[in-house]
Amino acid sequence: MKIGVKILPREEVLDSSGRTVTKTLQSNSFKVSDCRVGKYLEIEVDAKNEAEAKEQVQKMAEFVLYNPLTENYQLEVL
Amino acid sequence: MKKIGVVRFLGTNCDRDIWQAVEAKGYEPQWLWYENEFESSDYDAVIIPGGFSYGDYLRCGAMASKTPVMKSVVEFANSGKPVLGICNGFQVLCEVGLLPGALVRNHSGQFIDKWVVLKVENSCSHWGENVETCRLPIAHGEGCYHISEHDYKNIKDAGQVWLTYEDNPNGSVADVAGVMNAGKNVAGLMPHPERALFEWMGGQDGFNFF
Repeated sequence: MKIGVKILPREEVLDSSGRTVTKTLQSNSFKVSDCRVGKYLEIEVDAKNEAEAKEQVQKMAEFVLYNPLTENYQLEVL
Repeated sequence: MKKIGVVRFLGTNCDRDIWQAVEAKGYEPQWLWYENEFESSDYDAVIIPGGFSYGDYLRCGAMASKTPVMKSVVEFANSGKPVLGICNGFQVLCEVGLLPGALVRNHSGQFIDKWVVLKVENSCSHWGENVETCRLPIAHGEGCYHISEHDYKNIKDAGQVWLTYEDNPNGSVADVAGVMNAGKNVAGLMPHPERALFEWMGGQDGFNFF
């Protein structure tokens, strides 16, 4: 089973990449007020059901995948 | 003679510099390989050098903080012995939870390589001498120190802010360049004292950090 992990910088953390992308889009006439840049992981796990798969990946996220001081994460079943 | 453990991960690149600095001080350096644990009693201090451990993949210092050697570094630090993290070493110490806060990408988005003037806010008894200011080089892309307002107040009140930049180069909260743990035996800084040992290197303010 495949679980997606979406990781984004927290609102209060200055997101240099997001700001750079925002400026590039704006300077090319796109109407953009903000952009946040994060990362996306697809993790394949052996699990009986969705709940079990999510539980396993949640443990991984809390172990190393995200830093609660600077990031937020969301899981989704793929 | 003092024995200093120098941690090496895949991607560490300031290890030889630290080795030279430790020898220049008359101490005995020994490598600590990331795959191995070690005995706390075998070393007087541990230094985690700078570099790009694990290619900075995921987050700088994140995966290095989950290695066997770091398990021993945490035990070593918890026994009260001195640990110093420089640049990527500082990032690893934050990720493993020995130091407060985290390091994120520089405000400018650029890698910055230059000399900076630092103010010693609270002197660290194990690392660095009791001076008011010093001049050291920085070389980092992710040196912006991040900490919540609440946690910053706590470390400031507890005297854990070690060094601040005179002219903030990277957007760090409150100009922070280096911090200590509550016990003051673990310290981390973004600047590179090992690159400022002698005048011919451009400055010698780093010599007394070791």
